[in-house]
Amino acid sequence: MTGSWHELTLIVNEVPLRTTVPARRLLSDCLRHDLGLTGTHVGCEHGVCGACTVLVDGVPMRSCLLLAVSVDGQAITTVEGLAGPDGELSAVQQAFQDCHGLQCGFCTPGFLTTITAGLIGCPDPTADDAREMIGGNLCRCTGYLNIVAAVLRAAELTRARSGEVADAAVDSGQVP
Amino acid sequence: MTSRMVGQPVNRVEDPRLLVGAGRFLDDLGQDAAELAVLRSPHAHARITDIDVTAALEVQGLLAIYTYEDLSGPLADPLPLLIPHPAICAGRTQYALARDEVNYVGEAIAVVVAENRYLAEDAVERIVVSYRPLPPVVGVQAARAAEHLVHEDAPGNVAAHFVQEVGDAAAAIAAAPFRLELELAIERSASTPLEGRGVLAQWDSDSQRLRMWTSTQTSTGVRAAVAAKLGLDLGRVEVITPDVGGGFGVKIVHPWPEEVLVPMAARALGRPVKFTEDRREHFISAAHERGQLQHIEVGFDATGRILGLSVRFWHDNGAYLPYGLIVPIITSTQLLGPYKPGAYRVEFDSLYTNTVIVTPYRGAGRPQGVYAMERTLDAIAGELGLDRSVVRATNFIQPSEMPYDHGLIFQDGRPLVYDSGDFPASLAKLKALVGWDDWPAYQAAARAQGRQVGLGLACYVEGTGVGPYEGGHVQIETSGRIKVATGLTSQGQGHQTAFAQIVADELGVSMDDIEVVTGDTRRFPYAVGTFASRAAVTSGSAIALAARMVRRKILKVAADALEADPEDLEIVEGMVRVKGAPGVAMALGTVAVLSNPLRYAFDEASKAATQFVVGDSDLPPVNEDDEPGLEGRDYYSPLRSTFANGMHAVIVETDPETAEIKILRYCVVHDCGTLINPLIVEGQVHGGVAQGVGGALYERLVYDDAGQLQNASFMDFLMPYVSEVPESIEIDHLETPSPLNPLGIKGAGEAGVIPSAAVFASAISDAEGFAITAMPISPSDLFELRRRHAGTDRHNESIAKKEPTR
Ligand code: FES
Ligand code: FES
Repeated sequence: MTGSWHELTLIVNEVPLRTTVPARRLLSDCLRHDLGLTGTHVGCEHGVCGACTVLVDGVPMRSCLLLAVSVDGQAITTVEGLAGPDGELSAVQQAFQDCHGLQCGFCTPGFLTTITAGLIGCPDPTADDAREMIGGNLCRCTGYLNIVAAVLRAAELTRARSGEVADAAVDSGQVP
Repeated sequence: MTSRMVGQPVNRVEDPRLLVGAGRFLDDLGQDAAELAVLRSPHAHARITDIDVTAALEVQGLLAIYTYEDLSGPLADPLPLLIPHPAICAGRTQYALARDEVNYVGEAIAVVVAENRYLAEDAVERIVVSYRPLPPVVGVQAARAAEHLVHEDAPGNVAAHFVQEVGDAAAAIAAAPFRLELELAIERSASTPLEGRGVLAQWDSDSQRLRMWTSTQTSTGVRAAVAAKLGLDLGRVEVITPDVGGGFGVKIVHPWPEEVLVPMAARALGRPVKFTEDRREHFISAAHERGQLQHIEVGFDATGRILGLSVRFWHDNGAYLPYGLIVPIITSTQLLGPYKPGAYRVEFDSLYTNTVIVTPYRGAGRPQGVYAMERTLDAIAGELGLDRSVVRATNFIQPSEMPYDHGLIFQDGRPLVYDSGDFPASLAKLKALVGWDDWPAYQAAARAQGRQVGLGLACYVEGTGVGPYEGGHVQIETSGRIKVATGLTSQGQGHQTAFAQIVADELGVSMDDIEVVTGDTRRFPYAVGTFASRAAVTSGSAIALAARMVRRKILKVAADALEADPEDLEIVEGMVRVKGAPGVAMALGTVAVLSNPLRYAFDEASKAATQFVVGDSDLPPVNEDDEPGLEGRDYYSPLRSTFANGMHAVIVETDPETAEIKILRYCVVHDCGTLINPLIVEGQVHGGVAQGVGGALYERLVYDDAGQLQNASFMDFLMPYVSEVPESIEIDHLETPSPLNPLGIKGAGEAGVIPSAAVFASAISDAEGFAITAMPISPSDLFELRRRHAGTDRHNESIAKKEPTR
């Protein structure tokens, strides 16, 4: 009844992980319950709320609409992979804290992954761009205003941080 | 001096964990647990004639199947009617698993436990149930007509009938120079937290103890209910609330069938069992709210002053009545808002229908009441040709009349007495914020350009912080860290932050040293729950009182050690010191060590508290009336609710062709007494307004005549995305401290959603020139209304019938 089992490798947050799943196993369940990465949340299991959004090869996708077997070998980024190796919050995470962009925090992982990818394509968003960027994610707590503010703040922080990196590089003489 | 934390927009201490995916929500726990799935009724009303599980038994990984026949003892009785009330004439609640009859689509009939959820669902699909369908009762009108009955022994489908009256409303209306009647309707919506319900239970057969986690708004309530249902001593049951992904009311109901069936199965199977609700299940088997029909009669004078108000309404309570009459009682009392009608009579029926149960959803009956009152005031203004804000001001309770006794009984069984509030000041602020006086010119200019714009106004008063009580425990560890616990639960309101702010101020310590735990019965077993915007008021006050108790003890112990008078001591940044002599000081951790006389030294610090070092040899080491340790536990039990209030204004533009409704501006004036954390309060207002927009313009629960919920998914139930909410919400606060609690606070959690139906109906009526009397309203509804009103002089049409037929 569970059909055939498949062995697969997922490169999750840059770490290759092997697991064996039935063909019908959703990626969301595989991440959460086979690999123990419970930061990815499930709010609807029908592709509407966006809480389960992860980045598959850098592209935001709804892990509740993907079968785990269909992404064998691909690189997945979950919310657990957003902070720096030293635990420093990413610009998007920091912006959510600064702007009070979360209340219960259940929708938050999906917003964080979506915005992380969104800012790469649109590093200098207007408020309208920000609304567009998060337009497919549901949040029942915040009323979104602070999330829109967090998108703008994250862009600002990203710029400031890359400025710092550049400054540091200049200081250390790496950049002429 | 340590700067004051209460009142500061402090960043939340909850966030870092939640931002890195380290939250612990229900389904993140119990990775090795067996999983439970529920077979739910596909019929709205039917007799169960047979249940055949044979085919399900072949499913691999199956552990157990339970139907009603497998329940025994208290588990076989109906679930409790949590809040009894004398007006309930036929109180019916469901069984944990249906016995003979089902009364709504979604009612639990059988549960399957298997190695995982996929396998449990496989088995559910193979259970064959035979039904004899019965005629379903769907909607208030069908319930009222009572051609068919939901429960055979509930005549007229009436669960409860209730009347309250102050003065002689009928006589006052009859004698009034002006009279109007209104017929109003409001449809169902639902809390719809992003995380559904969920339960995990572990039975420890060695110690014969049950530990469970549930996504609830009341861990102590669940604990008591589960202990009673499973026949366990309370002391053998622990309930822990993990991170909860939103509640908004629906998770105050308890015990859900799954909350007793999961621990039952865990005990029977000797292994952890978990239930995680899916989205469709949440729509068809949790709870809804809001559905009412209202009939209003009002008599008033030429200034718009209400002389008599009589409200008759019919409340759809769904198939069962587990939460009693809280919602309609709140509607019937909070309807009065900031106003004082001369005489008031309210009568309601709470009616059974073959649909999902109705229990509080953020606002809890207030949105319906405010809608009734504010539609009435708009009608009066229209009838008399007066400014809508003037009619409201004419009917306001004045600050000099506080405390104001309405002469009614509120939802907590106590007199409806407003403690404070300055309604004229709030209205003045709102009018200034939205530019009320410039509106006629703006609207005329827009009309000249062919644009239809409307301004709506709605005011409310919200009883918050209801009793009976909450408690707080504050303990200083020898490390100097401060552990705080309260029994009520959190669903995203930032309680850990707000309560830490309070303790930081009371004790003079840094927030970084404080850790707050909520909703864990091991840490604080006495509590009520999180509802009615009561957490900050009740637990916040209790924690402040407990902290004050600890503070007194700190000063006493430190005074002995420092040979000073307690009066001369102060606590600054975690150090107790002599005022004016900061060199004479002692860390709080050391005070904690000294507060607990020891025989054994287990580390360097503890040597300071051993028997050859401390104590007056003429006194016992722990003196009479004293206790070892540096901790305090106290309770706050309010005499009555404290009443927050607010006023909203919205400007909408309606598309002349498509009837699309666009929000141009949204303004809020809000008085929730002393603000603990403005950042959190504003967040609560934002979230409430967004839910209000959803409830007014998008969300409804569409049942067909057979009682099938047609939109039980996020595809079809239109919860607002960012594109549906206003681009900004303009907020102005008024702080009228409550005299009823030590911090002067009033609740803030529900405020944002309360006036939405009213304020949008007001604005759309203003834009269209005809009265909106049914909410929510979609573009198609508005389009249809326009067609019906075509040919009439819309801009002069009154909201209501002018000649009441009586
Ligand atoms: S859980 Fe995947 S979109 Fe909602
Ligand atoms: S923060 Fe609770 S759903 Fe978004």
